[in-house]
Amino acid sequence: MANLLFYVALSIALLAVVISFFRLLIGPSVADRTVALDGMTIISISVITAAAFFLGRVIYIDVALVYALISFLGVIAIARFIERGL
Amino acid sequence: MELQSVLPILGGLISVVGALFLLLAAIGIIRMPDVYNRMQTGTKATTLGSILFLLGIGIAEPHWLGKIVLLIMFIVFTNPISSHVLARAAHFRGIPLAEGTVRDCLADDEAGEQGVCE
Repeated sequence: MANLLFYVALSIALLAVVISFFRLLIGPSVADRTVALDGMTIISISVITAAAFFLGRVIYIDVALVYALISFLGVIAIARFIERGL
Repeated sequence: MELQSVLPILGGLISVVGALFLLLAAIGIIRMPDVYNRMQTGTKATTLGSILFLLGIGIAEPHWLGKIVLLIMFIVFTNPISSHVLARAAHFRGIPLAEGTVRDCLADDEAGEQGVCE
């Protein structure tokens, strides 16, 4: 019962990643694509944590934490690039 | 019923609600008219959805709760910052607002006007 609920939640989150990916493909400007990428990575953090739950390994939560850190730094770097160039 | 058998089901229900918020955020990223609206739905809804999803997993596995609370705190602190920096960069780059926008307070501020924003 509980595992079924977590499978449903994981499926919905993966569907959300796929839907955000279309904005990454069609976005008219760089900022649109960056927003879509940011949304995809934030949703992927939840997906990685669900993988940690299913596999029973707590170390994957550290992977999600590092992924969040790199995503944050990447968005800051892209925003700086949009604002005034490298 | 014992607590040990209730907690995973409660956590699963909370996770499903969080996943629905994540799906709403993704639909908003597709459907909204301009960059700033997309940024708003892509930040607020994913923050709430991530909090609920991770909290559900933390309730189902209570001995992971420390690391999961750390992850939630990180997302809550960094998500608004990245969205703010990105919106500021897009505005200075001159990416236009959607049609039907009533007020652009940052542009008024740069032009030195005293508007209704004060």
